[in-house]
Amino acid sequence: MTVVQEQERLQAMAHGEEPVREDLVLGNPTMRDVTARIASIVESKITMKYLATLSVTGAMAAWGLFALYYTITTGIGVWGLNNPIGWGWDITNFVFWIGIGHAGTLISAILFLFRQKWRTAINRSAEAMTIFAVICALTMVLSHTGRPWLFYWLLPYPNQMAMWVNFRSPLMWDVFAVNTYFTVSALFWFVGLIPDLATLRNYVKSSVAKKVYGVLSLGWTGSTRSWHHYEIAYMILAGISTPLVLSVHSVVSFDFTVGILPGWHTTIFPPYFVAGAIFSGFAMVMTLLVITREILDLKQFITLKHFENMNKIMLATGMMVGYAYILEFFIAWYSGSDWERWIFINRAFGDYAWAYWTMFLCNVVSPQVFWFKSARRNIPLMFVISIFINIGMWFERFTIIATTLHHDFLPASWGYYSPTWVEISIFIGTFGIFLTLFLLFAKFVPVIAIAEIKSIMPGAQPTHHHDHHGDAH
Amino acid sequence: MSTKPVGVIGEITDVNLTMKVAEKLRDAGFRNWDIYTPYPVHGLDKAMGIKRSILTYISFAGLLGGISTALGLQFWTGAVDYKLNIGGKGFFDWQFSIPIDFELSILGTAIFTVVGLFHLCRIPTWYNRYQDDESFKKATDDVFVVTIDADDDRFSATETASLLTNLGVGNVHLVHATAN
Repeated sequence: MTVVQEQERLQAMAHGEEPVREDLVLGNPTMRDVTARIASIVESKITMKYLATLSVTGAMAAWGLFALYYTITTGIGVWGLNNPIGWGWDITNFVFWIGIGHAGTLISAILFLFRQKWRTAINRSAEAMTIFAVICALTMVLSHTGRPWLFYWLLPYPNQMAMWVNFRSPLMWDVFAVNTYFTVSALFWFVGLIPDLATLRNYVKSSVAKKVYGVLSLGWTGSTRSWHHYEIAYMILAGISTPLVLSVHSVVSFDFTVGILPGWHTTIFPPYFVAGAIFSGFAMVMTLLVITREILDLKQFITLKHFENMNKIMLATGMMVGYAYILEFFIAWYSGSDWERWIFINRAFGDYAWAYWTMFLCNVVSPQVFWFKSARRNIPLMFVISIFINIGMWFERFTIIATTLHHDFLPASWGYYSPTWVEISIFIGTFGIFLTLFLLFAKFVPVIAIAEIKSIMPGAQPTHHHDHHGDAH
Repeated sequence: MSTKPVGVIGEITDVNLTMKVAEKLRDAGFRNWDIYTPYPVHGLDKAMGIKRSILTYISFAGLLGGISTALGLQFWTGAVDYKLNIGGKGFFDWQFSIPIDFELSILGTAIFTVVGLFHLCRIPTWYNRYQDDESFKKATDDVFVVTIDADDDRFSATETASLLTNLGVGNVHLVHATAN
C-alpha cells in the first residue's frame, strides 16, 4: 500500500466509511479492465467444454421433464407415496430448493444493509441461483398437486362455484409467500442488472448482441439523475427483501407447525428453517462458485477472502441448525407428551436413523472444520464440505417429513416409504434445470455486478465533498 | 455541420474533479444538464443540486395498496361473500391474515418501487440525444461524462463549451442531432 492509498483509506475511515480492504479485488485493475474482463465472457466463443457440460445438464433436465410428463399423464400413483406417507420426495425437494434460494437474498439484501462490501463479487450469481432454485421449487410443488393444469384453483379468483380459497390454511399462505418471493427476487435481480446490461450494450461488437442488450437495458445511460432514484430503489428493495427472506421459510415451516403431528407441531421451526435455508443456500453458492471461478477465471474478483467469509456464515448457521437439532430433543422430553418423545427417539434410532445420522454428520459435524482459518481458505476442502452440507440439508427435510409421517398414532397404519425411479428422476431433473439455467446465465449475463465492483474500487468515490445520504454502495 | 447543436458533451476521468464541475454548473444555474457515471458516485446528486427522490412515497403507496388488498380480499371473501365454517374458526381474524397481509405488502412495495423507478428514470426509452456520441458511450465504462443540453436557457454554443474546458473537462465538443 502506498502512502497516498493509506491516506485515502484513513480519510475514508474518518468519514465513518468502512475501509475497502484490498483483497476484495486483486491485481489493481483499472475500471476499463473490470468492464473488459467481465464483458468479455459474454463475447468469448462458446467452447466445446461448455457445450458438453450444457448437454449433460440439458439431458438431466429432459429426463426429469419426461418423468414429470409421465407423472402428470398417469397420476401421482407412480410415486412411492402411500398411506400414511402422503409427502415424500416431492415436498422434501420443494423445501430443499426454496432453502437454496435463501442465500441469494441474504447476500443481496441483508449483507447490503449491513454494508458488507465483499458481497459485490458474489451477489449477482447468488441472486441468479435464488431465481433458478425457486423455479425448481415451484416445479416440485406444482407437480405434487397431482393435476397441475388446475394450479389456478390455488388463487383467489371468481369462479362458477362462487367459492374462495381458504385463507386460514398455511398451504394458502405458502402460495402467496413463494410467489411473492419469486417475483420480488426476479425484480431485484433485474434492477441490479440494468446498469450492467447497458455496459454490455456499449461494449459488445456483434450487432445482434448489441440489440438484445440494448432492449434489455431499457435505455439506461448512467445519468446521475437516474442513479439518484436507482440507489433509493435498490435500498428499498433490499429493505423489503430482508423481512421477506426471513418470512418465506417461516411460512414454509408453517406448513408443518400448524399441523398437529408430533415432530412438526413445534415453535422452533420458523427460525430453525430460516437458519437451515441460509446454511444450505450458502453451501450451494459455494459449490457452484468454486467451479465458476475456476472455469471463467474470476480469481481476481472472487477471492479467498470471499470464500472465508462464506465459510464463517456456514459455520454460524450450521451451529444454529445443530442447536435446533439438539434442542428439539430436549423440548420433546420437556413437553411430557408420550407421542412427542417417542417420535424423536424414533427419529434418531428408528427406521430412518440412517437418514437422521447422515443429516447430523453432514450438517453439524462436517462444518466444524471451519473453526480453523486454514480450512476456511482451503478450496478443495470447502468444496467437499459444501457438498456434504447440500446432502445433509436435503436429508434434514426428508427426516422431518418421513419420520413424522411413517409412524402414525395407530401402529396398525405404520408404513415405510421409498421413492420410485420417477421421483428420483424428477429430482435429478430439477438439478438439470437449475444447472442449465445457471450455465446459460454464466455465459450470457454479467456474472459479477460490474457497476457495484467499480463503486468499491480504490479511488472510485470522492475523497472530499463527502456527505452521507444513507446508502451503502 | 450546419444543423444546430443539441448540446455539448465532455469527459472527466477524475471523480473529485467531477464533483467540482457538478457544483460549478449547479451554481451557474444550468437546468438541463447531467453527469453520466459508470457507477453511483457518493454525493454527486447533492453536488448537482438534485432534489430528494419521491420514490419513497411511491413505494409507501405500494405498501398501503398491498396491505389493503390483502385485508380486503381476506375479509370480503371469507366473512362477507361466502362464509365457510372450517373447524369452527372465525370467518375473518387479523391473526390468521398476517402472513398474507405481510406478503402482499412486500409484493405491492416491490412492484410500485420498480415501476416508480422506471417512471422516474424515464425508462424504457429507445432514444437519447447523445446516444451516437463516442464520448457518451464511455460513461458505462470508466469515464464521467458531463452534458449540457442546447435547450437550456443559459446554453450558448461557444461559451458553454469553453466554460467546461476551463473547468478542466476534457474532449469538450458539440453534439449534433442524428438523422432520425
